[in-house]
Amino acid sequence: MIIEVKNLSKKFKSFTAVDDVSFSVEKKDIFAFLGPNGAGKTTTIKILTTLLKPSSGEIILDGCDPVKNGNKARYSFGIVFQDSSLDEELSAYENMELHAVLYRIPKKIRKERIEQLLKIVELWDRRREAVKKFSGGMKRRLEIARGLLHHPQILFLDEPTLGLDPQTRNHIWSYIKELNEKEDVTVFFTTHYLAEAEKYSSKIAIIDKGKIISQGSSRELMERTQTDSLEDAFIKITGEDIRKEDYSAVDRMRQRRKVFKH
Amino acid sequence: MAIIYILWLRQIKRFFRSKARIIGSIGQPLLFLVALGFGMGPIFEKAGEGNYIYFLSPGIIVMTILFSSIFTGVDIIWDRQFGFLKETLVAPVSRFKIVLGRILGGATTSLLQGVIVLIITIPVGFRFDIAMLPLALLFMFLIAIFFTTLGTTIGSMLKDMQAFHLIMNFLVMPIFFLSGALFPIEHSVGVLEIITKLNPLAYGVDGVRGSLTSNFYFSAGTDLIVLFIASILILLLSSYIFSKIEA
Ligand SMILES: Nc1ncnc2c1ncn2[C@@H]1O[C@H](COP(=O)(O)OP(=O)(O)OP(=O)(O)O)[C@@H](O)[C@H]1O
Ligand SMILES: [Mg+2]
Repeated sequence: MIIEVKNLSKKFKSFTAVDDVSFSVEKKDIFAFLGPNGAGKTTTIKILTTLLKPSSGEIILDGCDPVKNGNKARYSFGIVFQDSSLDEELSAYENMELHAVLYRIPKKIRKERIEQLLKIVELWDRRREAVKKFSGGMKRRLEIARGLLHHPQILFLDEPTLGLDPQTRNHIWSYIKELNEKEDVTVFFTTHYLAEAEKYSSKIAIIDKGKIISQGSSRELMERTQTDSLEDAFIKITGEDIRKEDYSAVDRMRQRRKVFKH
Repeated sequence: MAIIYILWLRQIKRFFRSKARIIGSIGQPLLFLVALGFGMGPIFEKAGEGNYIYFLSPGIIVMTILFSSIFTGVDIIWDRQFGFLKETLVAPVSRFKIVLGRILGGATTSLLQGVIVLIITIPVGFRFDIAMLPLALLFMFLIAIFFTTLGTTIGSMLKDMQAFHLIMNFLVMPIFFLSGALFPIEHSVGVLEIITKLNPLAYGVDGVRGSLTSNFYFSAGTDLIVLFIASILILLLSSYIFSKIEA
């Protein structure tokens, strides 16, 4: 197991964002971490990647505890954040270069790979422009290209393809697939495009209101819910959970709409 | 080294790409120099304290470095808000290198602004001994390091710009006014004297003024030792606080 999480919880004051979560990811898995808005996906990723301290629980990441030994753990992963983390004053190329130096990518590989990735996300021609002049989608593309620059043991992708056109999504996913197959990179990703999860993931965990409510392969989830797409299975699983709780009809509607929006 | 260098370079690039910042950082000291120099000069001289421009110019140079250092340090708040901070925090790089690269970069830009203001004081009437310039630059650099680090430490603890105004009014301004930059501190007594002696900037002002006009209040050695030790201490504090940041 390259990622092991046991009884992980995170409280913000009195609010529990991640509630006693346990799961594990095998090496070379493409693991989809799905759930409605506010389920606790990003919070979990932030804890795994040393940006937040958990309230309780145990984590092993590539044989090392990111809570106690953050510096060592950071060698084993790369991450694409859900929200922006670019330096907008710098150019696209400069952002890539800075990342390459931070991750100690040798000079020769650095140049080749920056060019290759900027071409994949179709930003090569605009590499000298300041990022602040880019559109939202272009920034997103740069963010992903940068995240793929070094080839870590584990790649965390928090809604990587959010707001991107289908062509770009395809290019990016084939690159990720190749990394996974050729370099055994384990991928841990979240998405609201369930077709993406159905197509690429080898294992899925569904989290809702801080708790993991279902795990398995995409096929298993569909069989269990007797549906024929992951999207239907997802709605059935997260929807059922809402029904169980004592919500008013209006609340239920609101929750549903949130799910349907994606 | 490559990591410290690239983070240093980032600060330098950001500085040169922000025209407003460059103009602002030089405009204000120039205003102080002219307004105070010509407004207060006659009174200062009547009181028997000598040529005010000679006294004031080193003070204004130090003021420039003080404010630009604090600002570039506190910039870390923007890095947090724009998200770039996360990019550095997840990198497999020691926190100390990240902080050091940032601080060296910021300190370089504020030293540069200090030098520009130093050049501007010449047409206003300031004269100094060129041979002493390297010593003055060393003092200017130490001031820049200390206050960029202080700014970074403060910025690491704040989540937004609001609280920064409080820090500015209740920490930075008193440090400035009780440093001897604008008026002599020789005459301060009691509590003020103690505060002044505990103020690292007082040693910075004395170092720069002393080396440029050969008129030390403490002594070159004292100034150097105090600034050096203060800088080391704040660097350690800063990298400790930075390592506790959550994003
Ligand atoms: N710093 C914080 N302080 C307080 N509450 C927080 C903080 N960060 C997240 N939360 C709360 O924790 C819950 C989980 O948030 P999280 O960002 O993990 O959701 P998510 O599953 O990533 O959702 P989305 O699909 O919208 O990205 C939310 O209710 C959110 O409001
Ligand atoms: Mg999220």
